[in-house]
Amino acid sequence: MTDLTSLTLAQAREALRKREFSAVELAEAHLAAMERGRRLNAFVLETPDRARVMARASDARLAKGEGGPLEGLPLGIKDLFCTAGVRTTACAHMLDNFVPTYESTVTANLWRDGALLLGKTNNDEFAMGSSNETSFFGAALSPWRRRGDERPLVPGGSSGGSAAAVAARLCIGAAGTDTGGSIRQPAAFCGIVGIKPTYGRCSRWGTVAFASSLDQAGPLARTVRDCAMLLRSMAGSDAKDTTCADLPVPDYEKAVGASVRGKRIGIPKEYRVAGMAVEIEALWQRGAQWLQEAGAETVEISLPMTKYALPAYYIVAPAEASSNLARYDGVRYGLRVPGRDLLDMYEQTRAAGFGKEVRRRIMVGTYVLSAGYYDAYYLQAQKVRTLIKRDFERCFAAGIDAILTPTTPSAAFGVGEMGRADPVDMYLNDVFTVTVNMAGLPGISVPSGLDSQGLPLGLQLIGRPFDEETLFALGASIERAAGSFMPEKWW
Amino acid sequence: MSVDAETVRRVAHLARISLSEDEVAALQGELNGILAFVEQLREVNVDGVEPMTSVTPMAMKMRSDRITDGAVVDAVMQNAPAREDCFFVVPKVVE
Repeated sequence: MTDLTSLTLAQAREALRKREFSAVELAEAHLAAMERGRRLNAFVLETPDRARVMARASDARLAKGEGGPLEGLPLGIKDLFCTAGVRTTACAHMLDNFVPTYESTVTANLWRDGALLLGKTNNDEFAMGSSNETSFFGAALSPWRRRGDERPLVPGGSSGGSAAAVAARLCIGAAGTDTGGSIRQPAAFCGIVGIKPTYGRCSRWGTVAFASSLDQAGPLARTVRDCAMLLRSMAGSDAKDTTCADLPVPDYEKAVGASVRGKRIGIPKEYRVAGMAVEIEALWQRGAQWLQEAGAETVEISLPMTKYALPAYYIVAPAEASSNLARYDGVRYGLRVPGRDLLDMYEQTRAAGFGKEVRRRIMVGTYVLSAGYYDAYYLQAQKVRTLIKRDFERCFAAGIDAILTPTTPSAAFGVGEMGRADPVDMYLNDVFTVTVNMAGLPGISVPSGLDSQGLPLGLQLIGRPFDEETLFALGASIERAAGSFMPEKWW
Repeated sequence: MSVDAETVRRVAHLARISLSEDEVAALQGELNGILAFVEQLREVNVDGVEPMTSVTPMAMKMRSDRITDGAVVDAVMQNAPAREDCFFVVPKVVE
């Protein structure tokens, strides 16, 4: 029998329907892979018992021909999604004993459609980071290494554990979240596909909040088709999230393989940033050529506000985070550290419960929202954000269907290599992805090649609001031309 | 704009995070680095530009004002660090 962990979601779905193997067998193969892959620290909680119970239920439904769209497919779930009765920590000391009594809407949708939970995946603490190194449970490692070099690399972040687990074939697909690039950057670093849908496409209910106007859930998987399958289940309106769109969810899979002939693809000149790796530039041109060969037309466009997206993000996101994280007070749930009085208890609890990066962002957010500074920082950033969105609207109004950019300015870096001296160095990783969150648009990262050290690189496609279908069509076109990439097993 | 140690202490207090003196010094440097980075936003002309309030145009959803949830005291209390019956216990706040 073939190695069941080598299958894509779509292949496993077909095989399960034909009863070539059972959901229990598929789950066991992945549970074994997850156990053998512990060195990667991709999972912060393994849930084998739950996986087996869910797999048996899936087999029963499949036997009756009643399987859902994701019946029997084993997934990793970022530890930012609340899972009822299963510890959910946001990879923070503050929540390391938190067991939700409720299920996030996104995961509830996945279970409704038959998927099963293998375990909770590692992420940067409260999703604040671009390397997974700020996790309270330690860094997740990338299954990729530079050629001839055994030093560990980061899988990217914040959905680093999800990306590492999918790339290393510990799970077939995973759910992540993306506030400034947290799905797309790790997907690019790990050589897999990841999509952040339009703001409002997936419900945020039951997901630990970081920056509410930017946070969106989305899938990570090894193919564009697999991401389309997962997003169809994850997305949909939800009365519990007032910002969740009341729009029907298309069958995204139908867009995979659709013609891209005549599509107009914008190539934004401002993304040619100083110091961009030559290989990234070459990859970008190759991507444009692939789309041309598939019948699309590429057009140079201008997004003049691009350079201001990252600084504006580092005001808006910390401001919202400082407000969202005010709830961790040691009273109702989470860590409590005793103090002399109530105020001291708050201050001791929050000093102990939050890691360095989270404290830093709460401090920045509190400062930019404080009396006397609000207009200069927060209001200015929100005005700049309006202008960033206007840039995109102008291009789409001029007939651009999607925009092609690199996902990241470099390939994955080593654990401990980045951001020690200056946190801003780490922030620069998100320079190409953060604009998309600021404008609420959908963005997909598709693996597109390897650099000279043998590390994967990704291309990003940015779409019109709620036009994920065009991204799946174009993404599949790049995927066909680029092929797929798999790390050599060392773990 | 740059922040001094006193401002770092004031902001930490507003954020309800206790800091040691070493941490104040380290954070002062880091915050000033981040604030210097975001300083470039000042060069953008935003005359007549509305600040963004909603990234996708949407009307606030309305619902009828009726009880749809509740009577789940045990679920609400389940993760409490300290409780007595159905009360959260905190240090004494009134003399």
